[in-house]
Amino acid sequence: MAQVALRNVVKKFDRTEAVRGINLDIEDKEFIVLVGPSGCGKSTTLRMIAGLEETTSGEIYIGDALVNDVPPKDRDIAMVFQNYALYPHMTVYENMSFGLRLKKFPKAEIKSRVENAARILGITELLDRRPRQLSGGQRQRVAMGRAIVRNPKVFLFDEPLSNLDAKLRVQMRTEIKKVHQTVKTTTVYVTHDQVEAMTLADRVVVMNAGTIEQIDAPNDLYHNPKTRFVAGFIGSPAMNFLTCRLAEASGALSVRLNDGLSFPVPASRTARYRPYANRELLFGLRPEHITEARAGGAPGHAEFEVPVDVVEPMGMETLVYFIVNGFEVCARVNPAAAPNAGETARLSADLNQMHLIDPKNDLVI
Amino acid sequence: MTAEAATAGIPRLSFRGSLSRNRRWALILSYFFLILFAIFFLTPPYYALVTATKDSAQISNQSTDPWMPVLPPTSTNITALMGATDFPIYFMNTVIVTLCTVAITMLISVPAAFSLGRMKFWGSGVFATGVFLTYLVPDSLLFIPMFKIVGALGLLNSYWALVLVYPTLTVPFCTWIMIGYFQSIPKELDEAALIDGANHVQMLFKIFIPVALPGLIAATIFAFTVSWSEFVYPMAFIFSSNQLVLTAGTVTTLVKADVYQWGMIMTAALFAAAPPLIIYAFLMDYYIAGLTAGATKG
Repeated sequence: MAQVALRNVVKKFDRTEAVRGINLDIEDKEFIVLVGPSGCGKSTTLRMIAGLEETTSGEIYIGDALVNDVPPKDRDIAMVFQNYALYPHMTVYENMSFGLRLKKFPKAEIKSRVENAARILGITELLDRRPRQLSGGQRQRVAMGRAIVRNPKVFLFDEPLSNLDAKLRVQMRTEIKKVHQTVKTTTVYVTHDQVEAMTLADRVVVMNAGTIEQIDAPNDLYHNPKTRFVAGFIGSPAMNFLTCRLAEASGALSVRLNDGLSFPVPASRTARYRPYANRELLFGLRPEHITEARAGGAPGHAEFEVPVDVVEPMGMETLVYFIVNGFEVCARVNPAAAPNAGETARLSADLNQMHLIDPKNDLVI
Repeated sequence: MTAEAATAGIPRLSFRGSLSRNRRWALILSYFFLILFAIFFLTPPYYALVTATKDSAQISNQSTDPWMPVLPPTSTNITALMGATDFPIYFMNTVIVTLCTVAITMLISVPAAFSLGRMKFWGSGVFATGVFLTYLVPDSLLFIPMFKIVGALGLLNSYWALVLVYPTLTVPFCTWIMIGYFQSIPKELDEAALIDGANHVQMLFKIFIPVALPGLIAATIFAFTVSWSEFVYPMAFIFSSNQLVLTAGTVTTLVKADVYQWGMIMTAALFAAAPPLIIYAFLMDYYIAGLTAGATKG
């Protein structure tokens, strides 16, 4: 059990910089998820922690030890790969015990560890099979079992669920969370799937273009994104962004989207936004915060009417798309109150959930 | 045919009929060419077998059809070949030379292919291509310089010269085959082994060789075939009967000036061809089928 620390870690491949000086502190027993679009450097970061890639500069600590020059086998880590990387010619038992056998563990100890891990993962009856006789989900379990038996300081997962179908992915996600609750090992998990990130992580590290955009607990990330990238990346459908002008009239602020549409800024935000008065900004509001207008309204909610462009029924909700300032905006409404395409809908925006972004540095104000 | 007749009036279903007709034609053509090739390749061994079971008088008898076997078959050729010639010695020598060559080839090309295919280092790509290029130089060009080298080493007229020289023919191609096999193994497999604590030697023996076994067997068969059937080098380097191998030995012993002892030549040819035949037809097929089924897909 150990904490992991990255200090100014840089990785260059030839001339391209994949990771640009990141700092990250991972607590003991913490479940950290690195998430971001492909090419953001998350996998490279994981591979540097594993020792499969050398750092160009910077330091990596596992426990209290600097591991920059320590080979993977001596870092006391275990890794689960996207394509499982099971040894095809070995049985499940041999796959799981391979590392222990190389380290010359006593046979009885190996047996008890493998059986224990197999019990945790529910693969006891598969121990004599070979990988080709297993389904994708079973292979994934074996790959996790191989990691668990080694009782490492750190678990590393590199997009472990990407090769599974949607249903199995959800099931294995829960499984991984359960295993972490049972085994309680520091875990670094890489994924491009924000749902996986949100559901699994104690803290999520959002990466973009080789840098860390934000490190936060899932809910904080959702409610208080620090940058435009995080605001747009977390949440599905993505947050709506619209250019706006923060207008000031007799002490009150309002978000002016165009001549016909402007929203009052809630009083609780006025102080925070005042320095940006009369500036061109970016207005961000998630689809779930634009709903059908309800009788009576609510404090901080503003109602408006727009012609509906496209309607997408999802069952539990209906997505309604309309155009403002040339941007497509998505709203999530109750299916019972959903308008039809071409109609004019009366919608309500929850401005308590709004975000304003300074386009100069893409930071959320 | 009945299906076609039944669906003749229904345009939508006649499409399926045309598909199956298409397939039937493809099958007919496949069988036609397969049978053609089988006849083409099986005719020489058949002729050898027929001739081997006749004595000299029957072979030279102009009034009988040389393609037809004579009953009862004679075993005089076998007894003469085994008793009166050095054929058993050639056979043993060939077995020794081939086994040594295959062993040396594998000892060199497996680690060579592993390092060239999996361990990226400066020049590994160029080197891998270079290895293959050396294979393209024919032995008929090389046997004179090789003769000088073998002579300088004092190995002329010894089958150990062949053990030394044959790997120059087998190693490049075997290395090349196995580079391909090793490269086809996903890199996560060695990374997983690396994290599990394997060093490069353990990785090679515990992961790569078992997983690439079909490739290894293919390479072994190749090395076996080359050293079993090589003709130019033994012809050039070896003169004594007790050092000769099957290929050169059969020709030098059984063809005396312009006298061809056809019965014995054909018997010798059949016996010489038997080991590769047995290995190809039974052992290796069985072996590869058993292994490839589970080996390469993770």
